[in-house]
Amino acid sequence: MSAPSELRIEGLRAAVKGRQILQGIDLTVRSGEVHAVMGPNGSGKSTLSHVLMGKPGYEITGGRALLDGVDLLALAPWERSRAGLFLAMQYPIEVPGVALVDVLEASFAAMGHDASLVPSSVRAEAERIGFDDKLLGRALNVDLSGGEKKRNETVQLAVLRPRIAILDELDSGLDVDALRACARRIESMTQADGLGVLAITHYSRLLTELKPDVVHILAKGRIQRTGGPELAEELERTGYADYVDEEPAAEPAKARVLDPSAHPAASGAAFGDAFADPFADPLA
Amino acid sequence: MVPLSTLTPELARTLPGPSWLVERRVAAAAALERRALPSTDEEVWRYSRIADLELDDFAPVTGPVPSLPDAAVLPAGARAALDAVPERAAAVVVVDGAVVHVEHGDELRAGGVTVGRLAGAGAGAEALGAVTGEPADLFVAHNDAGTRDPVLIDVPAGTAVAGPVVVVSWVTADAVEVNDRLVVRVGEAAEVTVLDWQGSDDVSALCLPVVELDVAAAAHLRYLSVQERGPQVWQIASQVSRVGRDATLVSVQAALGGSYARCRADCRLVGRGATGNLSAIYFGERDQMLDFRTFQEHVAPDTTSNLLFKGAVSDTSQSVYTGLIKVDKAARGTNAFQTNRNLKLSDGAWAESVPNLEIENNDVRCSHASTVGPVDDDQRFYLESRGVPPEVAERLIVLGFFREVLDQFPVPQVAPLLRDRIDARLGRRARQEQES
Ligand SMILES: Nc1ncnc2c1ncn2[C@@H]1O[C@H](COP(=O)(O)OP(=O)(O)OP(=O)(O)O)[C@@H](O)[C@H]1O
Ligand SMILES: [Mg+2]
Repeated sequence: MSAPSELRIEGLRAAVKGRQILQGIDLTVRSGEVHAVMGPNGSGKSTLSHVLMGKPGYEITGGRALLDGVDLLALAPWERSRAGLFLAMQYPIEVPGVALVDVLEASFAAMGHDASLVPSSVRAEAERIGFDDKLLGRALNVDLSGGEKKRNETVQLAVLRPRIAILDELDSGLDVDALRACARRIESMTQADGLGVLAITHYSRLLTELKPDVVHILAKGRIQRTGGPELAEELERTGYADYVDEEPAAEPAKARVLDPSAHPAASGAAFGDAFADPFADPLA
Repeated sequence: MVPLSTLTPELARTLPGPSWLVERRVAAAAALERRALPSTDEEVWRYSRIADLELDDFAPVTGPVPSLPDAAVLPAGARAALDAVPERAAAVVVVDGAVVHVEHGDELRAGGVTVGRLAGAGAGAEALGAVTGEPADLFVAHNDAGTRDPVLIDVPAGTAVAGPVVVVSWVTADAVEVNDRLVVRVGEAAEVTVLDWQGSDDVSALCLPVVELDVAAAAHLRYLSVQERGPQVWQIASQVSRVGRDATLVSVQAALGGSYARCRADCRLVGRGATGNLSAIYFGERDQMLDFRTFQEHVAPDTTSNLLFKGAVSDTSQSVYTGLIKVDKAARGTNAFQTNRNLKLSDGAWAESVPNLEIENNDVRCSHASTVGPVDDDQRFYLESRGVPPEVAERLIVLGFFREVLDQFPVPQVAPLLRDRIDARLGRRARQEQES
């Protein structure tokens, strides 16, 4: 196993189209750890995963994210992947005419790995999770069922061998057997390769398979509570009532980050709304 | 009256061939004198660069055609095009409008299959112009008047030709007008695949090719044209097809070359149950303009046409697609589909897409779709998130975009060649971007 890794998220804030979604996220995931993130719809879970991977359209308004000390937010998405980050998307994108193997070979080549290993590795990983070989020949995610897309994501994760993987609702769409197979594969990576996992999910089902060390509740753009696996069971009973209030979340003025390095222009991040000035006085 | 060009009846009379052909050319040249250059005011020439054309800059190629077999060495590009399809059934090479090389196996000959000079073929006089009829525009009329050495592929009824028939037309001369003519006749229930490879040296020429595809009842014609003219060439092409009862035409174009390169395709479904599948890929670079006009004409009942044109424009290149689905009164039970998709790879590039319907019968299923846009951000992000650098991601996505058509190439071994050509253009683009 290589040296342990650490994804450190500090005070991460982000907006979409001028609207603050992440209100200051603090979270650290280390090699071999499994962290679950649960939270109501629209609370910002996917936003967190997108911001970490560098999806265009988000404006970073504060905080940092470091992978083994490397400032992720300053990197292009492919460089984040090269740095060891992987995102299994909630809604994997269809890319017509592009074969999975071609993508992974291009990725291997860019990282200086031997791309000729890709086809056999893909085949072996697909077999491990019971993913039909025939589906591998199709264009990426095109005409795949919801569950097949998630298995496809798992195959890619296993072939690319990242240091830290974010799984955004990997369980949604997977049938019971597929869920178990994917979870087993990921669990074995945490043990054998020291993979660190940030698993976003709505269901404790994934967590009984994946056995998280820590469970976080994300609501209103913040980690509201962190606990052990028992927290997931508690949520099954109580729901999120304690973490969401009726009032729409107004942004407290004091939470504004006035650190010039947090300015999107300073980080080089693309921001969708040119008028969303993070330094503007929200009360003006 | 100012003659539009040097293609006069006197000049037409000097072109080689049997007297019927000479008289036909002379009559066409005389009719030319009543024609004017088209203008962009006409819908079918809208957006085109026709106003930039100086016909006087190009002189029709004249002089005798070589007797065959000709010992002259084929131009390297023409040789390479032939070599791309080693398992061909037959081949014709046309250089500067004259047939210089014919390969035609004994077996085909014994089966009554004609591949070669139209002028010397028994069916030549009857075949030439049978599909085009009245010339659709000035340039088809030019071809009628100036075609030097037309080519005929004639497959008798009931005959299936195994392997593609390859026609390579190459241009080596500067400042010439070349009027290549290819006539393909597929008899009842016959089958053939034709590869029409159009290339040139890096010359400044005006190419006005006309292709006639005549598909008789229950016949199958698979036709693939590869347009790889040099970067200075102007090409104004016409492809006219006539598809009979229960017959199928598959026509695929791949267009990469030329400065201004246009193809007008008229597909006439004249027999009940006829099918026309038309597709194209095109990729513009530099300041090229690639211009496509299509007409899906449903004349008979229960006819089907499927059109899929996919293109990309980079640098400051431009593309035009205008298409018309025309359903005649008698053509009940028509199925007609038309899709044009364009990727705009640079801010300076431009793609125009105008689909149109003209329907005179209620019992039809028609649809058209057209898009022009950049590479999808979500697709790019998805590939990047797997560790693929952005320029590689873009190459993969663009090649993937074309795959839908490449996978349908009637001559499958040509598909990887075209894919490599496009990949090379994408690679050059990526390098330029890195440098700037
Ligand atoms: N591109 C966008 N434009 C506008 N609003 C957006 C955009 N992306 C996300 N949002 C909003 O941001 C909020 C957080 O969305 P996000 O997708 O992060 O939620 P989530 O916690 O993943 O929800 P779910 O559990 O349903 O997947 C939502 O209110 C959503 O509508
Ligand atoms: Mg989500």
